Amino acid sequence: MPQIFDRSANFLSKASLGGLLLFVGGVITLLMVFGRSSYVTRANEYIEQPIQFSHAHHVGDDGIDCRYCHTSVETSAFAGIPPTKTCMNCHSQLWNTAPILEPVRASFRDDKPLHWIRVHDLPDFVYFNHSIHVKKGMGCETCHGRVDQMPLMLQRNSLQMEWCINCHRNPENYVRPRSEIFTMGYQPAEPQSVIGPRLVKQYAIKGNTSCSTCHR
Amino acid sequence: MSEIKDIDALRAQLDGTRGKEYWRSLEALSGTPEFKEFLHREFPQNASEWLDPVGRRGFLKLMSASLALAGVSACTRQPTEELVPYVRQPEELVPGKPLFYATAMPFAGAGMGLLVESHEGRPTKIEGNPDHPSSRGATDLFAQASILGLYDPDRSTTITNLGDIEPFSAFVVAMRSVLAAQLSKKGAGLRILTETIASPTMAAQIDDLLTRLPAAKVVQWEPFFGHNAREGSRLAFNEYVAPQYAVEKADVILSLDADFMCVGAAGLRNARAFASRRRAENTGTRNRLYAVESTPTNSGSRADHRLPLKASQIEGVARALAAKLNVPGVAAVSVSGEAASKFLESLAVDLQGARGKSLVIAGDSQPASVHAVVHAINAALGNVGQTVSYTQTPEARPGNQIASLRELVGEMNAGTVDFVLILGGNPVYTAPADLKFGDALAKVRLRAHVGQYEDETAEKCQWHVPEAHYLEMWSDVRADDGTVTIVQPLIAPLYGGKSPHEILAAFAETGGGERPGYDIVREYWAKQTGLSTAAPAAPPVVVAAPVPAPAAPKAPPAGAAAGVGAGAPAAAPAVPAPIAAAPKPALSPFDLAWRKWLHDGLVPGTAFATRQVTLQGAMPPAATPVGDGLEVVFRPDPAVHDGRFSNNAWLQELPKSLTKLTWDNAALIAPGTAKRLLLISGDVVELKQGGQTVRIPVWLAPGQAADTLTLHLGYGRTRSGRTGTGIGFAVNALRTTGAPDTLAGVQLTKTGDNYELACTQDHGSLEGRNLIRVATQAQYTADPSFAAKMQEEIPKTLTMLPPRSYEGYAWGMAIDQNVCTGCNACVVACQAENNVPVVGKSQVANGREMHWLRVDRYYTGDDPDNPDTYHQPMPCQQCESAPCEVVCPVSATTHSDEGLNDMVYNRCVGTRYCSNNCPFKVRRFNFLLYGDFTTESYKLQRNPDVTVRSRGVMEKCTYCVQRINQARVASKLDDREIRDGEVVTACQSACPTEAIVFGNLNDPNSRVSKLRANTLNYRLLEELNVRPRTSYMAVVRNPNTTLEPAKPTNGEERG
Amino acid sequence: MAAKEHVPDHEELALMQRTPAVIAPGHTFESVTDSISSIVLTKRTTIGWFFGFALAFMFLMVLNMTIGKLLLEGIGIWGNNIPVGWAFDIINFVWWIGIGHAGTLISAILLLFRQQWRTSINRFAEAMTLFAVACAAMFPLLHTGRPWLAIYWLFPYPNTMGLWPQFRSPLIWDVFAVSTYGTVSALFWFTGLVPDMATLRDRAQSKAARVIFGMLSLGWRGSARHWQRYEMAYLLLAGISTPLVLSVHSVVSFDFAVSVLPGWHATIFPPYFVAGAIYSGFAMVMTLAIPLRKFYGLEDFITMRHIHNMTKVMLATGMIVAYGYANEAFFAWYSSNAYEAYMMLNRMTGPYAVFYWTLIAINAVMIQLFWFRKIRENIPLLFVLSLLVNVGMWLERFIIIVTSLHRDFLPSSWDMYYPTRWDFAMFTGTIGLFFSLFFLFVRFLPAIAIFEMRTIVPEAKLKQHHG
Repeated sequence: MPQIFDRSANFLSKASLGGLLLFVGGVITLLMVFGRSSYVTRANEYIEQPIQFSHAHHVGDDGIDCRYCHTSVETSAFAGIPPTKTCMNCHSQLWNTAPILEPVRASFRDDKPLHWIRVHDLPDFVYFNHSIHVKKGMGCETCHGRVDQMPLMLQRNSLQMEWCINCHRNPENYVRPRSEIFTMGYQPAEPQSVIGPRLVKQYAIKGNTSCSTCHR
Repeated sequence: MSEIKDIDALRAQLDGTRGKEYWRSLEALSGTPEFKEFLHREFPQNASEWLDPVGRRGFLKLMSASLALAGVSACTRQPTEELVPYVRQPEELVPGKPLFYATAMPFAGAGMGLLVESHEGRPTKIEGNPDHPSSRGATDLFAQASILGLYDPDRSTTITNLGDIEPFSAFVVAMRSVLAAQLSKKGAGLRILTETIASPTMAAQIDDLLTRLPAAKVVQWEPFFGHNAREGSRLAFNEYVAPQYAVEKADVILSLDADFMCVGAAGLRNARAFASRRRAENTGTRNRLYAVESTPTNSGSRADHRLPLKASQIEGVARALAAKLNVPGVAAVSVSGEAASKFLESLAVDLQGARGKSLVIAGDSQPASVHAVVHAINAALGNVGQTVSYTQTPEARPGNQIASLRELVGEMNAGTVDFVLILGGNPVYTAPADLKFGDALAKVRLRAHVGQYEDETAEKCQWHVPEAHYLEMWSDVRADDGTVTIVQPLIAPLYGGKSPHEILAAFAETGGGERPGYDIVREYWAKQTGLSTAAPAAPPVVVAAPVPAPAAPKAPPAGAAAGVGAGAPAAAPAVPAPIAAAPKPALSPFDLAWRKWLHDGLVPGTAFATRQVTLQGAMPPAATPVGDGLEVVFRPDPAVHDGRFSNNAWLQELPKSLTKLTWDNAALIAPGTAKRLLLISGDVVELKQGGQTVRIPVWLAPGQAADTLTLHLGYGRTRSGRTGTGIGFAVNALRTTGAPDTLAGVQLTKTGDNYELACTQDHGSLEGRNLIRVATQAQYTADPSFAAKMQEEIPKTLTMLPPRSYEGYAWGMAIDQNVCTGCNACVVACQAENNVPVVGKSQVANGREMHWLRVDRYYTGDDPDNPDTYHQPMPCQQCESAPCEVVCPVSATTHSDEGLNDMVYNRCVGTRYCSNNCPFKVRRFNFLLYGDFTTESYKLQRNPDVTVRSRGVMEKCTYCVQRINQARVASKLDDREIRDGEVVTACQSACPTEAIVFGNLNDPNSRVSKLRANTLNYRLLEELNVRPRTSYMAVVRNPNTTLEPAKPTNGEERG
Repeated sequence: MAAKEHVPDHEELALMQRTPAVIAPGHTFESVTDSISSIVLTKRTTIGWFFGFALAFMFLMVLNMTIGKLLLEGIGIWGNNIPVGWAFDIINFVWWIGIGHAGTLISAILLLFRQQWRTSINRFAEAMTLFAVACAAMFPLLHTGRPWLAIYWLFPYPNTMGLWPQFRSPLIWDVFAVSTYGTVSALFWFTGLVPDMATLRDRAQSKAARVIFGMLSLGWRGSARHWQRYEMAYLLLAGISTPLVLSVHSVVSFDFAVSVLPGWHATIFPPYFVAGAIYSGFAMVMTLAIPLRKFYGLEDFITMRHIHNMTKVMLATGMIVAYGYANEAFFAWYSSNAYEAYMMLNRMTGPYAVFYWTLIAINAVMIQLFWFRKIRENIPLLFVLSLLVNVGMWLERFIIIVTSLHRDFLPSSWDMYYPTRWDFAMFTGTIGLFFSLFFLFVRFLPAIAIFEMRTIVPEAKLKQHHG
């Protein structure tokens, strides 16, 4: 009876078996990597804004306090995006002819709001509240990164659920003294392992992990 | 013939039962037509799902949206969203925190004080104003639903003249020319037809107009209003006065066809007062309510003794009672029927025993003479000054509206009317049929209509001007007790609507025709108070200081974007510019007062003083002779009233509290009568009287008086909008000026057709289950813990679930069935607060309604023609050992640290196992894309703190967890615990009788804990050991022992 | 060698006299191999096959359309509602899974019990199992509101949420049970096929066929070592799949037994479901075997002996199921639990009573016919009866699921369930899928295990005796 397959078939069959296993493993790994990639999370992605507003300049160089613009960060869920008026407080005097600021002046003149592009954009079914995090000793930097070094605002962290949960499960690793909330580049006076648990107790932090804490 | 057989079977069964045994609802026994059909053919009419207009629209939305959705929900990368800050941010406004503004809703001749929640300029939710005498923090279903009416995309949007779009100035010019023409003839040819005027400012404008044009006439028409009550007061006292009841002071109350707790301007106040004597916690004596009614009412469902009687026979009862109480000038009348006379006997004794502490109330639908007799009875019982007092009427121009409308029609037909201005209302649809108002109107040369919709009346007028919603206008209105509230706008008119004041300004001498309502109202009150407006007044749109909110101020969702469920941040600019803050000028004395009025939501010292009235000696003769044969009584529809709300989908889909019907009206008929006429629910009948006929399906309504059909107006609209047009059955044809309330001698013929009515509760029987636990006062005193005794004991250790401990808060709810009248305010409030979608008739018929909170209605007793009725609000029971939680494969529903069953919509994949395993079936599933993701205006109404659910997702009551979370954050921010009563659920805040109590069970002093400790407290289905967090208060009835001999035990309560 | 040389020994004679043999007399290795492999290789495809396949394929297309609409609009196109959250979807799921049971039972358990009569039916019984499981497996996914997420949560990689499925839920157990069952059955079936693949490879005329069968036969040469390993592997797989026969439907029954619902919350469910599964499974085997032996002239291989045994198994399991019904009714009364009692009453007298009594008539009364030899030998009648049994078992699931749900604890929430056209489309669609696959199977693979048949021809025995 004639041969149907030549010798190589033996090897090929064995190889394909192994190959199958590798393939499956590969796909899973790829998923794990891709799912957390900045393509999906949009982390570390510079986003074009109507005005090239530089936190690095205003916070880093000028040392303006976060709350000067984000007024409701301590009282409301929404930190607050400054109305054009806030910009004009200074820029009606400084750089009041700078072409780069024309959109601001136009907005103020024509009473047309500026349209910023959202950088830290949680899904609509996530109900995040700034005020309580600030109250419980979560620094701006912890989530937003070194804003004072960002010429253009970008998202430092993945903002994925595992990232939130990680802190909600072990707040002691991230909490800082209330005095340091708005500090950039904060270094704990004592090791976090010491100061963390103490602050958690002091601030009565209950890293609430019930679903309804964030989802309703 | 099977129906008869079935009903006979029912009779047999009922005869077989003794005492307070529970019995089946008629549909369940006689076998619904749907079911019969099912046995015959396998395809039910679900297939016709898309023939339903609402369904069809849903379908189209679905085709577009579901594709996109399938894509979006699978993809983890989010669409880009914008942040749109203010240019100049109002001071009061903290982004993401709602503001509450005090205003009032003008409705049927009186105002209801409200607080309106506003998110960044979008009014989203209506609450009652705790400081306002008419609401005391509660609301009725109409107020709750009015927020949807504001955003109704079907409201008229343009001023038109013969169909051409015109600017407002053109309208004003037209009106000025009319005015000029009329000045010469003193306005003889000018007629203005308005709804009942309860606005002092408007009354003043009208007076001003009439002084200049004495021959002009202003006619008021309100299809449902205390016409008879007013006439009755005139008969009795020879002047128009309004009775003010102090129900809380009454030990014995008799209601003659009056739904005094749910209908009318005083409804909320009466309900609250009645409840104060009925609560589970109540330590004083319980009051006793007798109800004699022709058709079951919510008030009657709480009565201790109920006597169904034909409407025309109730006058007899009133007179017979008056005679027994020796009221002067009333001839004794013999009451037919042994039961009736016995009832009357004990009633008279009971009332006598409670002189000065009793109260008799006559319903609006009873003829004037009955009201007169009732005034006399109250006087004879020494109740005047005690439980009832009299004041001037809240409406500015009391009068006989029916007579004046008839007169107007006469003039229109005679052609003596040159111009008629219809200022609000829809008379062409609502006017009594015999007037043929539409035809008469057509005879008038120039006709203008001002209304929110291009309705039947607008169709017949040359001019149509969109009327502003009350949330869009400056105005003022009197509550039933006279208290004035300044109506302030929450948002600039969405569709360019004009307020009645701005319309009337066109006829004013001053101001050249166009004046903002704000000026008009302020000017009036400046004149009234005499306060100087010397200092520079605030600009036209002034913002009221935010009113201290009943609920904790709300935090926003993640960023402005999430606000509109569908995640359309662009919605923010879509809102008309939010009310801008005024620069703070030095305030004039008037402005100081004005600001306070706006802030408090009422003008102090405007409540009426009681007025001394003197009875006229002779009582009027009996008005209506007792008619034989079938009788029809007319009522406003419990959901859409006189039709003005017929385009409001929330109200259309609201299960009417006694029939549980949605999207339709039906002729209510007593089971006994139905048996005689061989009718079952859904049979279409033809009602004929005086040449007029109406085709309408019947609905068997236990508790309905024999030979009486109740017809609800408000349906069969021909020009209502996409929601309301063409649904239900128009019954106006039978309503005439001669018999606006009760129509005798009606012929009924069975057409043989059958009509499918969408009912949300097919089964009214308890099947002998101990879900509702009832005892009489005697039984209760004998055994205070009877409710617990009805529960079989089960070992609490019988559970596989690990024991849980709740540090901090443990939320719970207690519902007092003693005071629940089933008014449905809670259901609509829940819908508004939680973005609950509307699904349409066919979906409801298929058991897919989405209401998170339903009010179950059970009938008990041994007479289907006069059962006891109980209402059981059924929110999620928030079980501690929740069957739903263990079976979810993806942990989409889990237990929170505070004992709530959290429902995570974004995690849910929709296996529906949780619902199958829920003993209370309180979970709701989005079988199709029910959420409206396309209508822009509705997006503005959505509560930004609650996710708008998508297709294929389970949802349910969460105890308003968004409000809990906001309170928790607020309390933590100022380092304290959440106070008792700080978290108020939407249903709780709406409840007129405070039947729903919510709070922290870990706090022994919280009100809910106290109720839990009450002996009347019980939880449903304890034998399942699911340990619900919601518990109920057993009902204690207070029957007259002479009418209902005390039973030694309530053993058979278990049935 | 030819048959005439063979002298039947007394065992065989006795066997042939008592009951019909598992293979008609007069067959040799040669004849067996020919008549079976010819179906695949040489015989012309009959018109009947084309017609049957076309019909099945049409319904398969209906299925596709329905699924398309389902994904586009949501499961609202079905009749499901609140309270009846599950209906045709889960009924069909349980029904198909049940049918899937006979295959494994025949191939695994009967193998371990050394039942010769299994050999001629095990191959297509296993195939049937696979196809039934394929039909069933669709429903757990498609009955959800958002299938695309269901897949993701259940296989939650990349798990960026830090959340896992909830292993307390019977639905999760289901996923594992069914997928395991599907995998093992597939392996078992393929392993059994390998030697026959080799046979076909060697007999195939066309190059293509040779290459395909060559690949599938994994280089089988039929050497003693091959056989020895093969036997070992086959036996092991049989051992593995035996417990599955019991476990799968037990787990499926947990979907109901674990809940609190009257009519679901019953401890008898696992055995009762398993028995029902085998019962319906054999009914389906019968439904397939009768036409198969007719049209492909396999009467010699699927003999009256098989028919007899299958009916006997159906009778036995059917009685167990009937006992289950009685048991449910008894405990509804004996528990003196108002809800249980009402549930039973509602089944018997409620709106769906018609279906309940049909089910009783079929599964409790009708099967008593199987006691009679006359009936067991009346092939056309048996065909009808086996179809009826399938109907009955479908109704059983309807009764369990719908009547329990539509009236549970609070009378206020009671409601009726009516199926829509799409419910029926989905159901008939899966039947279409099942038969499409089966038609392809009988056309392109040996429907009866050739080499195993060889072991039972008398010749084989002769060899054993003299060799």
